[in-house]
Amino acid sequence: MRTGASPSVGSSEPIDVLVIGGGNAALCAAMTAREAGATVLVLEGAPREFRGGNSRHTRNLRYLHDSANAVLTGPYKEDEFWEDLLRVTGGKTNEDLARVTIRASNNVGAWMEQHGCKFQPSMRGTLHLSRTNAFFLGGGKALMNAYYLTAERLGVLIQYDADVRDLAIVDGHFVSATYETAGVARTVEARAVVVASGGFQANIDWLREYWGEAADNFIIRGTPFDKGRMLRVLLDNGAQSVGDPRQCHAVAIDARAPKFDGGIVTRLDCVSFGIVVNRDAVRFYDEGEDFWPKRYAIWGRLVAQQSDQIAYSIIDAKSIDLFMPSVFPPIEAQSIRELAEKLELDPDLLEKTVENFNAATRPGTFDAGELDDCVTEGLTPPKSHWARPLDSPPFYGYPLRPGITFTYLGVAVNERAQVILQDGTPAPNIFAAGEIMSGNILGQGYMAGFGMTIGTVFGRIAGKEAVHHVIDNLKGS
Amino acid sequence: MSSTILKEADRVMTICNACRYCEGFCAVFPAMELRRTFSDEDLKYLANLCHNCRDCYYACQYAPPHTFALNVPRTMAELRLETYREYSWPHAMKSFFQNNGLLVALITALSVVTVSLLTLLFQGHDVVFGTHTGAGAFYRVIPYAAMVVPFMALAIFVLISLWKGFATQWRTVGGTPQELKHWPAHRQAIWDVLRLKYLDGGGYGCNYPDDRFSMIRRYLHHAVFYGFMLCLASTTVAFGYDHLLHRPAPYPFWSWPVLLGTLGGLALLAGTGGLLYLKRQMDRDPAAPETLDMDMVFTVLLFLTSLTGLLLLCLRATPLMGTLLIVHIGFVLGLFISMPYGKFVHGFYRYGALVKNAIEQARENN
Ligand SMILES: Cc1cc2nc3c(=O)[nH]c(=O)nc-3n(C[C@H](O)[C@H](O)[C@H](O)COP(=O)(O)OP(=O)(O)OC[C@H]3O[C@@H](n4cnc5c(N)ncnc54)[C@H](O)[C@@H]3O)c2cc1C
Ligand code: SF4
Ligand code: SF4
Repeated sequence: MRTGASPSVGSSEPIDVLVIGGGNAALCAAMTAREAGATVLVLEGAPREFRGGNSRHTRNLRYLHDSANAVLTGPYKEDEFWEDLLRVTGGKTNEDLARVTIRASNNVGAWMEQHGCKFQPSMRGTLHLSRTNAFFLGGGKALMNAYYLTAERLGVLIQYDADVRDLAIVDGHFVSATYETAGVARTVEARAVVVASGGFQANIDWLREYWGEAADNFIIRGTPFDKGRMLRVLLDNGAQSVGDPRQCHAVAIDARAPKFDGGIVTRLDCVSFGIVVNRDAVRFYDEGEDFWPKRYAIWGRLVAQQSDQIAYSIIDAKSIDLFMPSVFPPIEAQSIRELAEKLELDPDLLEKTVENFNAATRPGTFDAGELDDCVTEGLTPPKSHWARPLDSPPFYGYPLRPGITFTYLGVAVNERAQVILQDGTPAPNIFAAGEIMSGNILGQGYMAGFGMTIGTVFGRIAGKEAVHHVIDNLKGS
Repeated sequence: MSSTILKEADRVMTICNACRYCEGFCAVFPAMELRRTFSDEDLKYLANLCHNCRDCYYACQYAPPHTFALNVPRTMAELRLETYREYSWPHAMKSFFQNNGLLVALITALSVVTVSLLTLLFQGHDVVFGTHTGAGAFYRVIPYAAMVVPFMALAIFVLISLWKGFATQWRTVGGTPQELKHWPAHRQAIWDVLRLKYLDGGGYGCNYPDDRFSMIRRYLHHAVFYGFMLCLASTTVAFGYDHLLHRPAPYPFWSWPVLLGTLGGLALLAGTGGLLYLKRQMDRDPAAPETLDMDMVFTVLLFLTSLTGLLLLCLRATPLMGTLLIVHIGFVLGLFISMPYGKFVHGFYRYGALVKNAIEQARENN
């Protein structure tokens, strides 16, 4: 180990800790390992302008804290945190690892601030998270910028455009990695590796294995660089998998979003205020089942199950101001018939659907902030809240498609972030952090701000443990 | 939507309004959130509310080369320039904002040459290159009437012009005369100006000259602003001494006009010098190329005006005094003439936007 000046890429001396990936988990690991004295090389597959993976699309993280602080309005303690996790995952979580995550997240905001993160109080539209989640000033890209700056200052070596293609693993022991940069293949040896390369959601071919043709119509909300290559390499080299490979976190987003990287702005919060129809102009699910933040994650799957993976949210003038503005303007028409034409739906069928819906609505007191009593009667599927007739022009339509946030399949790890092999033993010098192992803790469902928590906690554990391994090994030899 | 730049500003604000991650940086985003759609007037208001700290450029996950190619600071700067044109009075002067750098430089050069020629012509060589000391020494080079009358006339014109521009802006962004008398809003806006609140990027400063947070630009701008104010105070006191107490310049070093002027001049010199240095270093990606020469020429002009003023103070007892006085007066003249038609106006329009913002936010919080 050399603690002084950092070595240059390609020097003959092997790197102590190689970090694969350039998002939140990767940088937390890299900074931690470097601070513990190791030489660290980060290989980020994306070019500098797109560094930071999905982490650069985030805006907050959830962490344990005993009392209110400058940005969080009240305490959030272990029991409540654990209950919340249990609820969203329906029990699909490894309690040991989950408890490690929750406990190690205690006041992690302070560590983040020491490493350049800047927080701000909760935003107007997100006050329901103001006690549990700390928001990054400027969002995730600002956080990534700060971490990169700190990492550079610490002497972490960073190589962009470095797409890692393969890992040489001998008897569960990492030896070297091969990466491609500017069309040239290079091999780098390291004493330990931290794999923090995210999920495989940007790999449409892989998604197609489970979803068939439908996957072609999926929109990937985040980076195009999370193609899961390292996940596959690890699994092929005998790593144990966790998480359902068929599952992904999918929300209904604006169908006009770019194929990749559209991020937060493509989300649509209007579903619960109107009706949603498919290509046949037919409703297919209760739009008012619950508050939108509790339901948006099922709608991706629902839309994915419709033909051509498309659906249309239709609202009228009464509702247009009730939700966060979205990035693409609604398609507007003076009548349902005209709207159908603009949306290329069958006008007769849509008129019929709307007529039936309107006829089934019962008078009630509309309240967007409550589970109100505006319901339909005798309609299948029903609409159980916020059901008001669509009768006030102009009418508005938003096309919806499934937007994939992340995939659940990952590698199994232990409390030291070591990757677990098929025979149940940990790989001594292979560590994993972030989305690539979050399936251990989030077996299903999602909890706002928890992806960054897992990445931060396990990034730090992986960085620390990787250095332990290197030190122990050097002592031994 | 009247122009490409307004369309772009609309596109940008629509994307930001669906994102809002930059909410903590400045007043623009909270003001944006009060709207769902943006009229031209809204956009012009928001453009002048933007202090160009550039934080939202580096923080933006949609900045180029992303397909959305979002560049908020640049878009706002381009739109601001368009509003400067639109608000200018007399309106025919709007074309002055094209090639502003060259025009202001020419006007200043012309001012220096004119003052030199007139002085040489009417006062002669011996006076200009002679040594003058004691009360009224400056007037012996440039006579009292020649100094005071043109500047008074010009000052009145500049004030009218600035006021007209301000009033046009106020009307354009939908402000009423009643609202202009909303004193708490003025108090808030003045406080924002005095602290340069919105160059503080939520507490961490600008991303200037590069992607790192820094307070340096804010402090340098403070030096310029307070330096300018001190110089203004110095001139006002000197005017009072001259006309009320009948004590014409030059004054001894330990006198209010000279102390204020020296302090102000030094602050201006340091501030503008520092800003010019940073501008040369700065990452140009978030900057609007159209405004670059306007910004530069104004800063250089302030720098040269304070430099010649300070030199004049140091060398006023030598034969160089006449020359320095002429050059200094030339620069001041150039500065005055270009005041309503250059970067100087940013302060007034930003102030207007801050007052409107204070009114809006107060209403919202009630
Ligand atoms: C729009 C959106 C908003 C979100 N908001 C939040 C939020 O507010 N809070 C929250 O907690 N979570 C949020 N999430 C989830 C969050 O983004 C993830 O949980 C988190 O970013 C995962 O971090 P990571 O470091 O594991 O992966 P990533 O940040 O995705 O990083 C993976 C990195 O690996 C690199 N990489 C991939 N393959 C290779 C390879 N073969 N070679 C080299 N490099 C490679 C990628 O380029 C990338 O830099 C959001 C997700 C999206 C899409
Ligand atoms: S500048 Fe970018 S990150 Fe900031 S609010 Fe606008 S879209 Fe969001
Ligand atoms: S450049 Fe600064 S002041 Fe202007 S909008 Fe962006 S964050 Fe606000």
